[in-house]
Amino acid sequence: MRLVTLLVVFVVSSALGYRVIRQVPPLLHTPLMSGMNAISGVSVLGALTATAAALATGNRLLGALAVVLAMVNVIGGFVVTDRILKKFRAKR
Amino acid sequence: MHVWIEILLGAAILAGIRLMSKPETAVQGNRLTALSLLTAVLLLLWRDNILPQPILLAALATGAALGLVLALRVTMLQMPQMVALLNGLGGAASMLTVFVAVADNTHTPGLAGLATGGLAVAVGGVTLSGSLVAAAKLHRLLPQQPIRIPFTLPRTSAALILPFLLMLLLHGQTGSESTMWMLLLAACALALGALLALPVGGADMPITISLLNSMSGLAASTCGFVVDNAFLVAAGAIVGASGFILTRVMCGAMNRSLMQVLTGATVALPPSPFPLPPSPFLKPAAHAAAFDPVESLLEAKSVVIIPGYGMALGEAETQVRDLYELLAGRGADVKFAIHPVAGRMPGHMTVLLADVDIPYDKMIQIDAINPEFPRTDVAVIVGACDVVNPAANTAVGTPIYGMPILRAHQAKRIIVCNADTKPGYSGIENPLYQQGNVVLLPGNASSTLHQLLKDLQSRISRR
Repeated sequence: MRLVTLLVVFVVSSALGYRVIRQVPPLLHTPLMSGMNAISGVSVLGALTATAAALATGNRLLGALAVVLAMVNVIGGFVVTDRILKKFRAKR
Repeated sequence: MHVWIEILLGAAILAGIRLMSKPETAVQGNRLTALSLLTAVLLLLWRDNILPQPILLAALATGAALGLVLALRVTMLQMPQMVALLNGLGGAASMLTVFVAVADNTHTPGLAGLATGGLAVAVGGVTLSGSLVAAAKLHRLLPQQPIRIPFTLPRTSAALILPFLLMLLLHGQTGSESTMWMLLLAACALALGALLALPVGGADMPITISLLNSMSGLAASTCGFVVDNAFLVAAGAIVGASGFILTRVMCGAMNRSLMQVLTGATVALPPSPFPLPPSPFLKPAAHAAAFDPVESLLEAKSVVIIPGYGMALGEAETQVRDLYELLAGRGADVKFAIHPVAGRMPGHMTVLLADVDIPYDKMIQIDAINPEFPRTDVAVIVGACDVVNPAANTAVGTPIYGMPILRAHQAKRIIVCNADTKPGYSGIENPLYQQGNVVLLPGNASSTLHQLLKDLQSRISRR
């Protein structure tokens, strides 16, 4: 039952995302990509949950590594996107 | 997390992306998206009672600090490899998370759990190794040319099918056995990612990066199935959709299929199977007399500048900006023609131009600028070859046939600031160089343009 719910969430989000992202003009394709890139670091949520529940030390360390990598992705992605977007100006 | 909060945060992410479709609001859009994501992290810290776990707080802080340093130090020129690297990290995080979730599970995971877990490990692994190979190519640690692997197609398809078969075998195993299978699956996925990225050449990078972007989202989404987090599933799916759109746009702009790109079939093997007959008209040396580039630029009322990867390679953005300012300052209408796949990632040229303060309303996309070329006085090509190659319309059977090009060859006069007159990445000769109304200024674009600017200034002061 839960699997079905998640599948519905997956399909609905993909469709909504597709509709919204199609509106982004080619001019902004790089910041769109780096911004989406940052969002893919959302797996930090999964890494936190799994690691918090893990008992074995090895698994906890592996999980902590996953948290570090995902966080680099999130913060790095958003800050880079911010830097790129600030450069787009209509006139000086 | 409460379901309504999850939906609210998901809606905020979509609203942020919507704001990102206009340059004026894009900065706020990105910040809204970032804020939603960080809120989700904070809520999870509270819900899963993570606050008393110092190792996780330390990991969060370390990752954030590393990400910040990386993001502030990277230059706009290094952006393609930065994006590729971050994609890979996302894939790695998803893969590791599933490992931890499966390995530390005391009860035997069900079929659905193993299938989604296997999928997440497979997609995450391919994303990781594919992104690292792509980043290494972009950073020139690996050659930019396609690295041809014999029997690529059978090998890659075997590498694709094998993990899926393994995934089916996983069912019914105990926890520790599942971990063993997962490890094997990860090894296969890592090998496959490298196999897929190695044959991809430099000019096909925009497609590969878009695809890896999509996959990093899918990896996160499948990871959400494993840890049963609907928000993670949703956010990952949105990224997957975005990467899918970009991949399609990039493939369309190069007139090739994803399969051709991943098998490295997009470059003509030397010697080119369809060589153009040697020009009976002018030899390159004679072109210098075709017209005076300095005089024609000073007289031009409309100028279109066409940047290509050569501009990035020669770091000629500053000189391009100076040329733009000089001509625009004299009252000429100066625009930039942007081809979707010029460069190494989607939108590469617009970022480089924005970096040197070119207003974005002067960057015109292919469909809007093409009708203007016949009334353009001077087209200035800076390090672009394949994207302005008229052979794309005529050379049937070549890798670029049918690719939409910028019709610079229709301009009244054309100045080419390319390194040489050798074919571009596609390996197809460019007949534009042989037109009578073309002046070639061979060499590194930044020094060529520097000289051109000096000549322009001295001619102006002499008047």
